[in-house]
Amino acid sequence: MAELKKEPVDATPNVAEVGTVNAATEAEAVAAVDAPVAQGEPILQVRNLVKHFPLTQGILFKKQVGAVKAVDGISFDLYAGETLGIVGESGCGKSTVAKLLMTLERATAGEVFYKGQDITKLSGRALKAVRRNIQMVFQDPYTSLNPRMTVGDIIGETFEIHPEVAPKGERRRKVQDLLDVVGLNPEYINRYPHQFSGGQRQRIGIARGLALNPEIIICDEPVSALDVSVQAQVINLMEKLQDEFNLSYLFIAHDLSIVRHISDRVGVMYLGKMAEIGTDTQIYDHPTHPYTQALLSAVPVPDPDAREGRERIILSGDVPSPANPPSGCRFRTRCWKAQDKCATEVPLLAVPERFRASDTPAAHESACHFAEEKDVVHAA
Amino acid sequence: MPETLKETTPDPTVEATAAPVPAAAAGKPRSLWSDAWHDLRRSPLFVVSAILIVFLLVMAVFPGLFTGADPRYADLAHHYLQKPKWGNFFQEDWFGYDIQGRSIYARVVYGARASIMVAVVVTVLVTVLGTVVGMLAGYFGGWIDTILSRVTDIFFGVPFILGAMVVLTSFAERHIWVVILALAFLGWTQIARVARGSVLTIKQADYVMAAKALGASTTRILLRHILPNAIAPVIVVATIALGGYISAEATLSFLGIGLAEPTVSWGVDISSGQEQLRNAAFVLIIPSVMVSITVLAFIMLGDAVRNALDPKLR
Amino acid sequence: MTIIDKTADVPAPRGSNDESGPLLEVRDLHVEFHTRDGVAKAVNGVNYNVSAGETLAVLGESGSGKSVTAQAIMGILDMPPGRIPKGEILFRGQDMLKMSNEERRQIRGQKIAMIFQDALSSLNPVLSVGYQLGEMFRVHKGMSKKDAKAKAIALMDRVRIPAAKERINDYPHQFSGGMRQRIMIAMALALEPDLIIADEPTTALDVTVQAQVMDLLAELQRDFNMGLILITHDLGVVADVADKIAVMYAGRIVETAPVHEIYKRPAHPYTKGLLESIPRLDQKGQELYAIKGLPPNLLHVPSGCAFNPRCTMAQDICRTDIPALLPVTERDGTELVGRGSACHFWKETIHG
Repeated sequence: MAELKKEPVDATPNVAEVGTVNAATEAEAVAAVDAPVAQGEPILQVRNLVKHFPLTQGILFKKQVGAVKAVDGISFDLYAGETLGIVGESGCGKSTVAKLLMTLERATAGEVFYKGQDITKLSGRALKAVRRNIQMVFQDPYTSLNPRMTVGDIIGETFEIHPEVAPKGERRRKVQDLLDVVGLNPEYINRYPHQFSGGQRQRIGIARGLALNPEIIICDEPVSALDVSVQAQVINLMEKLQDEFNLSYLFIAHDLSIVRHISDRVGVMYLGKMAEIGTDTQIYDHPTHPYTQALLSAVPVPDPDAREGRERIILSGDVPSPANPPSGCRFRTRCWKAQDKCATEVPLLAVPERFRASDTPAAHESACHFAEEKDVVHAA
Repeated sequence: MPETLKETTPDPTVEATAAPVPAAAAGKPRSLWSDAWHDLRRSPLFVVSAILIVFLLVMAVFPGLFTGADPRYADLAHHYLQKPKWGNFFQEDWFGYDIQGRSIYARVVYGARASIMVAVVVTVLVTVLGTVVGMLAGYFGGWIDTILSRVTDIFFGVPFILGAMVVLTSFAERHIWVVILALAFLGWTQIARVARGSVLTIKQADYVMAAKALGASTTRILLRHILPNAIAPVIVVATIALGGYISAEATLSFLGIGLAEPTVSWGVDISSGQEQLRNAAFVLIIPSVMVSITVLAFIMLGDAVRNALDPKLR
Repeated sequence: MTIIDKTADVPAPRGSNDESGPLLEVRDLHVEFHTRDGVAKAVNGVNYNVSAGETLAVLGESGSGKSVTAQAIMGILDMPPGRIPKGEILFRGQDMLKMSNEERRQIRGQKIAMIFQDALSSLNPVLSVGYQLGEMFRVHKGMSKKDAKAKAIALMDRVRIPAAKERINDYPHQFSGGMRQRIMIAMALALEPDLIIADEPTTALDVTVQAQVMDLLAELQRDFNMGLILITHDLGVVADVADKIAVMYAGRIVETAPVHEIYKRPAHPYTKGLLESIPRLDQKGQELYAIKGLPPNLLHVPSGCAFNPRCTMAQDICRTDIPALLPVTERDGTELVGRGSACHFWKETIHG
């Protein structure tokens, strides 16, 4: 991948050094993965993660003609017990990040450290142990449950795959407990997914995610397929479960209001790169990256009065193809501030120079050459 | 948020029981198959075809229930091309006699076994082989898919009857198993293609992703998640193909390269009946009608099953 | 910019003498679907109207009957299993349900056009967008190929598709989601209809593109003085463009109001609950208010008020009597224009 080498990979001065664990044997790796992490310590550390999907031509003899740069060098930390929201539009690579963290896709480059272990390099028993601790809740409750299996089989399958979590005799009762925890009638254990509504199915999906007592749950648009009145129920449930089971959430969504509500910190992605990352107040009330500002200002607010005082930035054009992203700053083709520098120099994700000394909430990492604060959420 | 509505998260259990969902209200667990069965029972297409098929299967397994006559017993002196007596239901002379003086009714009854056995066994073999090939190709993709799909294409390119003729003529003795293996050898490609296409769709489903995320083994994913969901279109195609194998057996026998005397089969009888087409057409027509009815019954069954399993109606 | 000029061969709108009346009026519309498990009552007596230049937002969740009503208006309901046992759909005073198929076909497309959520599946993948746009002019107006193409280019310009001339021969899949939705809008506009029904037109689009498309739609509506029925589940989108709102629940309209008022003072517990259950963008909230329970099963709509099992204010009367959509007034009895609520306790809801 020659393309990759030309661009400087994001240096991430603000991300802490990773304390790696070099497990010589599989048993050591499993032990390291099962060790507890203190609240507020990083539990998942992503470093320069890259995923390129090759574009090939030809049927018998495939040759690579390019690559879709779905994720192109991103770094962030997820702390124990927190919710990190990742927002971005379709094609920004946020769902690919989820798959990479779940090791459902192999990373092209970069590392994902879970308790000091690089999970992109694990396999076999150690990987299975990691999977027990990192679970996922999917977007579409209609396709994420096998329609040929009963609810009991769907949740119970986790114990068949990880028999050490629950002995055979107890499994049925555990499944019923889980149904109860997510607010479903335990008697529904023998029903099939199509007998439930969308919101109830999503609860089943959450119960499956919880079954193995994971530490991290990656939620890929968990409520976007649900009705508005049901979304709030599911969000509340997820918050309740986070407190109850001390979970860390990576919450991927395109709905900025929901992300603000649930997240402690928020990262904004654009075309495979992290544009800006910070606490929810930093991002929503003091955004410094023009993309974040445009994104926030475009959100339709269900309050006509509040809306009229807001400045709206309407971006022109569409998101460019990740197969052929713009040089330099990826956002420059739609940015109203773009200058020559933006076409040639890739902006690094770092606290902008001008804010570095001060103590303002604008002092958070933002990948823009001309970062400046602009409140677009509150009515003027 | 006004204070009047202090309602927080509803008590989950109360919520779930208080407001049951559509289908959940209906009570019993209903799998997709039981739903399909529910539909099937109400489909006249299914009822008619199922009755016909059960009737034919009973005939194939217990021909003795239908006639006491021996299909191989020839009485040239008395029964040479004797015309059918349409009023004599289930009697030896109901459908008349062929050129060798054998009861056509008895031959039709006993012929069901060979014809249906060929079709059923070929269908089973073809479904198993085709599903395995299609599933492996579809699920693993890459070079496995490339190789398996090319092989499938090569077989698919061979005209079915012509291929069967070539294969069968290379055997001196055409035992029923030879015919079965020849048909299965050439027939699996259609199923393989359908299975592959079906698997390609299913493997994208989030529940397959979810199983992988749990750390499920490939075998488990294939057997628990992919196969049960990918099998429906295969079953439909296989049912319809079953009718096709009955006519293929008849065609090959008619051409003199399928089953042969002394085996009793509809194809064999059609083949020998053609010589009397001018003076005793019934000798040809009666087994032909049997083939047509059977083929039609299976095609109707396939259609009914397809309608019942159609996900768009779910 | 007059891209689409009125041509003489377009028949004058029927009943155009009563320009003052509403463009479209739906009266007591009922729609039901006969399914294996029984009769699903999707729409149970809906009344609404739209005038030229007005935007009515029909807000509801899945199963509320908002889309089914629109399909009934367009005459694109699948019948069977669908059935319209009762009701009138008056377009310029004429009941479309009593018209012949041919008469309805004349109205559909030419007088009333529809924009769907999924532009990719609504466009024919094997025909170029230029051909599909031009087809409208060739078939309905009998234009020559060349003229139709020129019109198509002008139309693509109008919906601000960059480089329309070069892209006229491209196929739907070669356009991005936002551009495809623009093409859908162009097709709906082609015959300069009096009314456009947009069913979740921006739901499938990204936030930044959503804003562009909504703005375009609102601008075109103003320029052509069309009526617009915007069907959506998104309270935010509604706030941006609608003049008035009809909130639907279980096949009925539970509240109607001018757009600004509904956000300030909802008069139905369902609307109120919806507004409170949405997290805010401009402040970090506490726990979300959640409407308990699930949307109703249309096969077994609860007796009385359909919302009663989920409602915090429900009393016995709510379980027995279906509340009518009544005018909403101030505490002192002065009428609030355009407001109505189908709740036995609307006074308590709006006046706290």
